Amino acid sequence: MSVSIRSVSKTFIKGRQEEVKALENINLEIKQGDFVTIIGPSGCGKSTLLKILAGLDRQYEGSVQIGGRPLHGPGIKQGFIFQEHRLFPWLNVEKNIAADLPLSDREVRKKVDDLLETVRLKGFEKAYPSELSGGMAQRTAIARALLREPDVLLLDEPFGALDAFTRTHLQDVLLTIWEKKRTTMILVTHDIDESIYLGNRILIMTQRPGTISRSIPVDLPYPRKKSELPFQQIRQKVMIELESAGLFSEKMVKG
Amino acid sequence: MSKTKAEITAGILPDSIHHSAEKEAFQRLNVGLSRILKGLILPLIILAVWQAAGSLGIISENLLPVPTSIFQAFKELASTGELWNNLQISSIRAGAGFILGAGLGLLLGGVVGFSNKSEELMDPSFQMLRTIPHLAVAPLFILWFGFGELSKILLIAKGAFFPVYVNTFLGIRGVDSKLFDVARVLEFNKRKLFTKLILPAAMPNILLGIRLSLGIAWLGLVVAEMMGSSEGIGYMIMDARQFSNTEVVFAGIIIFAAAGKITDSLVRLLEAKLLKWRDHFKGEKGEI
Ligand SMILES: Nc1ncnc2c1ncn2[C@@H]1O[C@H](COP(=O)(O)OP(=O)(O)O)[C@@H](O)[C@H]1O
Ligand SMILES: [Mg+2]
Repeated sequence: MSVSIRSVSKTFIKGRQEEVKALENINLEIKQGDFVTIIGPSGCGKSTLLKILAGLDRQYEGSVQIGGRPLHGPGIKQGFIFQEHRLFPWLNVEKNIAADLPLSDREVRKKVDDLLETVRLKGFEKAYPSELSGGMAQRTAIARALLREPDVLLLDEPFGALDAFTRTHLQDVLLTIWEKKRTTMILVTHDIDESIYLGNRILIMTQRPGTISRSIPVDLPYPRKKSELPFQQIRQKVMIELESAGLFSEKMVKG
Repeated sequence: MSKTKAEITAGILPDSIHHSAEKEAFQRLNVGLSRILKGLILPLIILAVWQAAGSLGIISENLLPVPTSIFQAFKELASTGELWNNLQISSIRAGAGFILGAGLGLLLGGVVGFSNKSEELMDPSFQMLRTIPHLAVAPLFILWFGFGELSKILLIAKGAFFPVYVNTFLGIRGVDSKLFDVARVLEFNKRKLFTKLILPAAMPNILLGIRLSLGIAWLGLVVAEMMGSSEGIGYMIMDARQFSNTEVVFAGIIIFAAAGKITDSLVRLLEAKLLKWRDHFKGEKGEI
């Protein structure tokens, strides 16, 4: 589904008088099937924006429309992947994926089995979250969101806590899913390579107040090769943008 | 490091975790056995010294009967049927009081945990009642409800109520708000919110409350039965004391201890079953 964000602003009120302007005048049109990555320093309002898109935060100015309809609240059609997996610790993998849906239902069972295949967790259906590695837990969380067949999948630094190998693997899993289902993806990251590897559009967010300062299209065919020249050229473009915005710092590259 | 390893073996050794779980269980059993044996050393020494001191006449048989005569008293009580009769009556009292108190505690703890309004309305009163000791209300209960079963059961229930009430409340308030966000995104309905999120998340606390409450139910029973009764283990102890039957006093105390321990173990068994997911967690923490 398409996502349209019009003049969205958000102010947090801290204590008595203090106000934190987290977002200011965000305008964005995202087409059905786009894979948009948002990059920016921590504290610039990325999570705040995603929470608004998810319907989890409804105290904001401006308007958000999904598929041409105003957003009313959180729901399964706006899937959300948090930075931490947020699985239910008392449910095993397959029950976490099913969550409120009964595994005894043949249709649910089949979908769960298919998803276990997709995210490559066959053999771990009965494992509890505490028995999983970070990557496996995050794959379970992705399967849980996908089971609900979301129109838009919102991902808030989903692979930030993972090691480089696991991260690359999960990026590929995500691309496979996107190519198969053409779900609109909005992924927040602070890893420049990740933003180029995944997105067909990169949005650069700047701080205080948080706003989108640049949109960079990425017209490279998938799967992309991080070592090749066109990739590196886009990387340079993104770096120049970040530097000119005075944002670039060592911290961001390392993630 | 173990992360990537697990990822790689994901496809090849799907049940590798179950093997390690088995091994772990075996090791735990071993550790458990040796721990029990170690735990027995001290009590056995004490028993031996006690028996010796009594037999040699160092301690008066009236104040501290030797283990063998306590055992003898047990045998007699059991053979006349007095023991079973008293135990049955005490168990019924403790059980009824516990079910009433803990049940109400679960219910009201749940209600107060759920809604801020009912917390403001009811919690202060409960907190006030909580600090009143058994012995202080016992005379009042007798005045109101007489010497019969009702006052006894209510006294036990009063004690059993609070641990479950407080812990259910804390359990519900302690549910991770991040998981509430997940439930909102997944569109859980009210019932699923309760059965899939709140209840399992609060379960460790609820079970803790039940364990504490069971202990207090036995305490309440002793107070109730010593207050005035013609049956029950508490009465048996009081009666024996009057006739300086110290062995029977000891036998009664041992029965209380054993009953308390057994009920506690039952709850722990329930805990092990319901909180299996947490057990796994402990296992991993030990590894790191
Ligand atoms: N609940 C909140 N209350 C007050 N301020 C908040 C809250 N959440 C976020 N903020 C502030 O809003 C800004 C943006 O936060 P966030 O969206 O989490 O940034 P990012 O995800 O880009 O790191 C920060 O300055 C942060 O301190
Ligand atoms: Mg964030």
